[in-house]
Amino acid sequence: MTAPLATSFFQNENFIAVLYIVAFSLFILGLMGLTGPKTAVRGNRIAAVGMAIAVIATFLIPGIGNWGLIILGIVIGTAIGVPAARNVRMTAMPQMVALFNGVGGGAIALIAWSEFRHTNGYSGEATYIAIFSLFSAIIGSVSFWGSNIAFAKLQELLPGRPISIGRAQQFVNLALLAVAVACAVAIVAGSDNQALMVVLLIAAAALGNLIVLPIGGADMPVVISLLNAFTGLSAAAAGIALNNTALIVAGMIVGASGSILTNLMAQAMNRSIPSIVAGGFGGVVTTGGGGGDDGDKTVRSTSASDAAVQMAYASQVVIVPGYGMAVAQAQHAVREMTKLLEAKGVEVKFAIHPVAGRMPGHMNVLLAEADVPYDQLKEMDDINGEFNRTDVSLVIGANDVTNPDARNKADSPIYGMPILNVDESRSVIVLKRSMSSGFAGIDNPLFYGENTAMLFGDAKASVNEITEELKAL
Amino acid sequence: MIPFAVSILVQNLSVLVLAGFTGYLVISKVPNTLHTPLMSGTNAVHGIVVLGGIIVLGLGVEGWFTKLLLVIAIIFGTINVVGGFLVTDRMLEMFKSKPKEQVEAASEEPQQ
Repeated sequence: MTAPLATSFFQNENFIAVLYIVAFSLFILGLMGLTGPKTAVRGNRIAAVGMAIAVIATFLIPGIGNWGLIILGIVIGTAIGVPAARNVRMTAMPQMVALFNGVGGGAIALIAWSEFRHTNGYSGEATYIAIFSLFSAIIGSVSFWGSNIAFAKLQELLPGRPISIGRAQQFVNLALLAVAVACAVAIVAGSDNQALMVVLLIAAAALGNLIVLPIGGADMPVVISLLNAFTGLSAAAAGIALNNTALIVAGMIVGASGSILTNLMAQAMNRSIPSIVAGGFGGVVTTGGGGGDDGDKTVRSTSASDAAVQMAYASQVVIVPGYGMAVAQAQHAVREMTKLLEAKGVEVKFAIHPVAGRMPGHMNVLLAEADVPYDQLKEMDDINGEFNRTDVSLVIGANDVTNPDARNKADSPIYGMPILNVDESRSVIVLKRSMSSGFAGIDNPLFYGENTAMLFGDAKASVNEITEELKAL
Repeated sequence: MIPFAVSILVQNLSVLVLAGFTGYLVISKVPNTLHTPLMSGTNAVHGIVVLGGIIVLGLGVEGWFTKLLLVIAIIFGTINVVGGFLVTDRMLEMFKSKPKEQVEAASEEPQQ
């Protein structure tokens, strides 16, 4: 950027740089606000103000033209983004985050592509600019396609189970990465062949698809978080290529936070990130093995009125919500039921597994929507000691996070994952649609336990029935 | 003249490293319950890539195809920013701790 002599104060490069400093300070302040429930709303808005300032500062850059097209893009983007964000149901939140993450990655890849075209293959640019730009193109493209697959899986447009091409998978992935990197190297070395960039983007796109397709639904939160970190990193790389501080700082903060979140989630599931990316949770073999001792397994089913009576005369009831509650939109019905139980003097608590639902905090969001008081939501470590003093555990559409195999069966794919010790409570009532296995595709011995009773049906309908029975008592 | 000048690349790399540590320190304090909103909020923040689209398109590119790519990039980036912040706001509104009477009053309503 050369400094034009006749620019107003506002278009002074230093003034724009200072606005960027204000903007990323607000991002940091905003994220600090997001660390507490009381300051979170304000924190998010502070970050949004920072974003507005960053956009305004960018408009001030001397020589910015093509206003018509810029405004067209912003108007269309707003027209799509606002209704999508307004109308999405809380249960569909993980997909929405995946989608928003994906378009961010897509934007980065497209920017890199257009830079390549605009500069005729980075001719006349410093080598490092080409390197960072191409890095952002590869990672951005992987993130875009990977997020789309994650969205399709969570939206059940694609089956949640792992889709894999088997043993060759790793080699194919590595080969695709090698192709993308080779194209990048050729471009950095001076080639301005348009086809190289197209091949690079296609190879990265295929890689994004193939990385996420073999990952089972249970690992999806970790994947979304990982792709979120990827998009952040590629934004930071694009920032270096464009010499734009705001992009570097904001992108890198997201890269760092996404990595931490990914790690926390993987830890909660006792999974390592490399083994998740290598694919195939709930490896088909073990699922089949579980079926061997089907013969001596009996399932006891119960009725809504029995469940109501059991809970009404309990002194403590622990509710374990899972994705099934989210799908059935049952959170308000559950809240209704807990109010009745509390009126009868029953102590009601909610046991929240860190990865219940499909994202950390997913259950908290839903239960908060239904006005369940904060202090009733207990995290895993706080509630696990209490199950042996609990009369009734009511499992609503949760499965893998209650599976005792994670404690007892060393060859189970989820062995070692911390679980809620639901099986220690005096009796367990499981609300479930059918006997099908959970998202991880693993059989759950909890359901065959002698203190367990199953109440089959839609979670919301079942909870409503229990509520009616409670009213009648 | 300044005795020595550091290249723009190195300046930018130092910003990059500091930002990485800042992100790490700020975010590692977030409680579990706020992880979903946090993910959504940081998602909105990386929508800052829209600036990249505005800069490259604004400083002038040739050819309709390159322009089309950049308009799509700006559309994508804007969806990321606007949608991201709005959705995070919606989630967080539910976390607001309400005074007890208000909660009870609200729960009297039949629609609850």
